Amino acid sequence: MGLLSSRISVTRYKVDGGLDGSVHDTVYQRLKQRSIPNIEDDGSEAVVGWTSFENPYSPDFEGYSFVFGTYMVFALRIDKKSIPPKLVRKHCTLEVDKRLAATGRRYLSANEKKAVKEHVVLTLSRRIPATPNIYDVVWDYKGASVWFFSNLKSANEALETLFIKSFGLHLIRLFPYTMADLIAGLSDGERDLLLKLEQGQSEG
Amino acid sequence: MLDVAIAYRRYQFLGNEFLTWLWFMVETDQNRLRQYDPDLVSLNIGSRLVLENTRNNAKETVTIKGNDANLEEGRVALKKGAVVTEIHLSYKTVGQHWLFNLKGESLNISNLKLPETGPVETPEDLEGVVIEKADLLEKVNGLVNNLFSQFIKLRVSATWRNQTVSQIRKWAVS
Repeated sequence: MGLLSSRISVTRYKVDGGLDGSVHDTVYQRLKQRSIPNIEDDGSEAVVGWTSFENPYSPDFEGYSFVFGTYMVFALRIDKKSIPPKLVRKHCTLEVDKRLAATGRRYLSANEKKAVKEHVVLTLSRRIPATPNIYDVVWDYKGASVWFFSNLKSANEALETLFIKSFGLHLIRLFPYTMADLIAGLSDGERDLLLKLEQGQSEG
Repeated sequence: MLDVAIAYRRYQFLGNEFLTWLWFMVETDQNRLRQYDPDLVSLNIGSRLVLENTRNNAKETVTIKGNDANLEEGRVALKKGAVVTEIHLSYKTVGQHWLFNLKGESLNISNLKLPETGPVETPEDLEGVVIEKADLLEKVNGLVNNLFSQFIKLRVSATWRNQTVSQIRKWAVS
């Protein structure tokens, strides 16, 4: 789901702090540095990186193509190789049988079985293509806000981690408390009262 | 500021109270809502309302679905001490219409349908449409922030305890 979808889900963030130097140039460099790598031919099970909004399968940020008016629009991509557990079980059983036949033993130790499983998962990971999941990101730098087009917890956590690694800026997720604290323009006195609020104070 | 994970759990009741207040405002005071957002023509309950009652160590959930659904059952739940945990809203300004869902605990916006924008037929169209969509999303973002700000200022005030709570109770039993 993304900005151009007919139905949108969005998690809203406040960006804590700002970038040094030219914003567009810094964002361009950092997006490029942490753009999604290709894991088709290696054993990685999952990888997270930035990609471009217009061409999510071929990350390209040249010519500041992520700048749309006052917004910066790009995407988070999470490529994950999902190996069906039944496939892992099948290949583990075959591999264990092969090793037992080769050594003439009746059993493998727990450690040996663990090593077999790791070997099988690695081998299968090299053969199975990664499934891409793409989530659009809209950054209003001046307004210090980021919209992330997913409410999925794992995707949001991936965004928060990659954002601080890339830009050195914390994303503060907006929910009732952070909205009250950061958006509502409360006075110091009102903020003190907020800290003392308890559920049920209003209920009869 | 409090630790984020602790603050999320500790204050999720505020989101539910906000949605409960918002339903009350939608039903009783559209003029006040127009003062909060001068572009607002109407704000109404859409096709879904979820209430939860966690009193007496038991969780009771009431879900009302469907366009033009009868919300009476929701008011009955309110009378028993339930709060709104999820609300689907229909927001109209002159010539534009948004539909979206708000969850109390996170105040995340989901299932958002923006007003129609121009089609993307050429690569040159894309920039205009992206900016238009982002501006339309900002309108909803601003509405939610604005309404929540009004609510939270009221919630920490004496007016909430002395007037608003009894007004909401009166409305729920009316």
